Amino acid sequence: MDILASLFNGILVALEPINLGLAIVGVIVGLFVGAMPGLGSVNGVAILLPFTFVIQGFTGGATSPMIFLAAIYYGAMYGGAISSITLGIPGASTAVATTFDGRPLALAGKAHLALVAAALASFAGGTVSNVMFTAFAPLLATVALSFGDPEVFALMLLAFATFVGLGGDDIPKTIFSICIGLVLATVGFDVVSGEPRLIFFDITGFSHGIRFLVLAIGVYGIGEMLWTINTSRYGSSMSNVDVSARAIIDAIKDFRHAWRGTVIGSLLGFFVGILPAAGATPGSLMAYGVAKLTSRNPGEYGKGSIDGVAAPEAANNSASTGAMLPMMTLGIPGSPTTAVLLAGMVIWGLQPGPLLFTNQPDFVWPLIGSFYISNVIAVLINLAFIPVFLWMLRMPFTILAPLIFVLSLVGTFAAYQDMFDVWLMVIVGIAAFFLRLLDYPVAPAVLAIVLGPIAEPKLRQSLLFSDGDFMIFLNRPIAGPITVIALILIFLPLIKLIRDKMRQSA
Amino acid sequence: MRRAEIITAFILGILSIYLMWKSGEAPDWNPDVARFDNIGLIDGEGPGSGFWPFWLSAIMLICSIWIGVNWYRRASPPSQSEEEFLDGYGRRMLFVVGGGLFGFLILIEVVGFYVAILAFMIYYVRFLGRHSWWATLSISIGLVVASFFFFDIAMRIVLPKGLSEPLFIPLYDIFL
Repeated sequence: MDILASLFNGILVALEPINLGLAIVGVIVGLFVGAMPGLGSVNGVAILLPFTFVIQGFTGGATSPMIFLAAIYYGAMYGGAISSITLGIPGASTAVATTFDGRPLALAGKAHLALVAAALASFAGGTVSNVMFTAFAPLLATVALSFGDPEVFALMLLAFATFVGLGGDDIPKTIFSICIGLVLATVGFDVVSGEPRLIFFDITGFSHGIRFLVLAIGVYGIGEMLWTINTSRYGSSMSNVDVSARAIIDAIKDFRHAWRGTVIGSLLGFFVGILPAAGATPGSLMAYGVAKLTSRNPGEYGKGSIDGVAAPEAANNSASTGAMLPMMTLGIPGSPTTAVLLAGMVIWGLQPGPLLFTNQPDFVWPLIGSFYISNVIAVLINLAFIPVFLWMLRMPFTILAPLIFVLSLVGTFAAYQDMFDVWLMVIVGIAAFFLRLLDYPVAPAVLAIVLGPIAEPKLRQSLLFSDGDFMIFLNRPIAGPITVIALILIFLPLIKLIRDKMRQSA
Repeated sequence: MRRAEIITAFILGILSIYLMWKSGEAPDWNPDVARFDNIGLIDGEGPGSGFWPFWLSAIMLICSIWIGVNWYRRASPPSQSEEEFLDGYGRRMLFVVGGGLFGFLILIEVVGFYVAILAFMIYYVRFLGRHSWWATLSISIGLVVASFFFFDIAMRIVLPKGLSEPLFIPLYDIFL
């Protein structure tokens, strides 16, 4: 009852005009930054962090600046889906999985269905995680803390196992794609030994590693566009899009078909979000994989499944709230964006940790209240702007394509401010176009480059701890079952293949 | 398509072997460490720096061979297809669009982002898309102006300007 009363008071503070205004502005900024290829929530939050000192000077407390930054975070999570669906370029790494089905829906003239499903699933994911955050914050923080290196690696292995189900039916091409993503993630300096690795032809640009967005924008901006131009030929517009209010209302009604993906995404996203160093990207990807694996019609995924849009979108919003939990209760950020938020809290004079809830209730509860408010604001703004996003699709393809090329190049430069990355991105895009012609699934490579830098140190630290004994992943109570499930998922297609062959020969 | 499938598998197999060889590279500063010393478990240090990329590249090599076997058995769709890998249209598209992109990149290095964006948009919208000059110029100039205000002014992300730098100095004086 105490929690409900605190939450109610918190919501009232969040509804004060200054806080409400900051939440609205934050959501709009986040929506825009999230939709911009190359910029994600971490860019928005980091760039606007200095601005919060002005807000703090004006309001005198840490609550309003934090509400502003959290609203940007929320808005960006919604915004990432917009460019994934309408342009086929993920606005941020968290929205990569949204591209898998959002893009085919847009190409089929059903972008409004995808955008509405993304907005409503994001709202559902945000709401579920808000409720869970409010109710179970201290308890869940303890569970997340019990995840050591072997457990996190086992979880990563599970994510890779779901990739095998994510790709096409060609198993060796899918595994190749995962492995090349993981190998490319090792380019640069080894964080454990400090030794340089895979610095191709001694080009200095490789010493900082191959960044995720270089691969993602190359594959989805350049490669996807070349592929679309090659298959759709000049002169054809992207799709016939219905932008009427009636179509949007019908799409809202159709959202009930996406309940399964939404539920999976909301729950899984929250749990993955609270794990240190995991965050919204692995959360959205795992949600997509699990939704596909448990679906009655897995063949629909990748071709325009509404569930395939809802699952990652519910998950990335749910995970973004989940990632705030270890940040606030333990002082451990669950994602790069929460790391920036954590820095902000320290600068504003707060001490994140187990005592934050008892020592700073005036900060914590209005912030939690603002999560609910920002979530409502974000879904309303997003739904209202859907006709504008759809308008982009009505542009002739010979205007849209160069716009996407320009955005891809400018976005890559804006993210890292290095021309080497821009060149590499174009080369990756052209390579991805050729591989796509031959049915190589490229999505697993893009996602592997995100998870690689998390997985490798966890594997090496686990093996250091166990003196090289791989049984550490099987004989621990939490890591063991996760590893077993992952191995089953990896070998399941192989077992099916052998069984089919045996049946054919019999 | 069938020939492209096996050629690609062969190239990817060679790439995998190169990555395995490269993963085993010892650091320049330590002459006592031989190539491939880092791909196993090192006493007291756990897996070496080449452990993860080496064994993943080995899996890539196995997959390339597997793809080759599937090609021989005609088990994958591209290995069954007798269609051309890239038809006349595809080759021309790759030349004008892919070539245009490389031209765009070279222009960025010389005259900076904004002038290059303008040139690339005119090339694509006017000459490939065959839209009117009015549409071409309004979209191209609009994009350049919007990009400048969003990146250079609002986000303070300064895009390279190359030889066109002097053109922007008066704008910085006004807006920054």
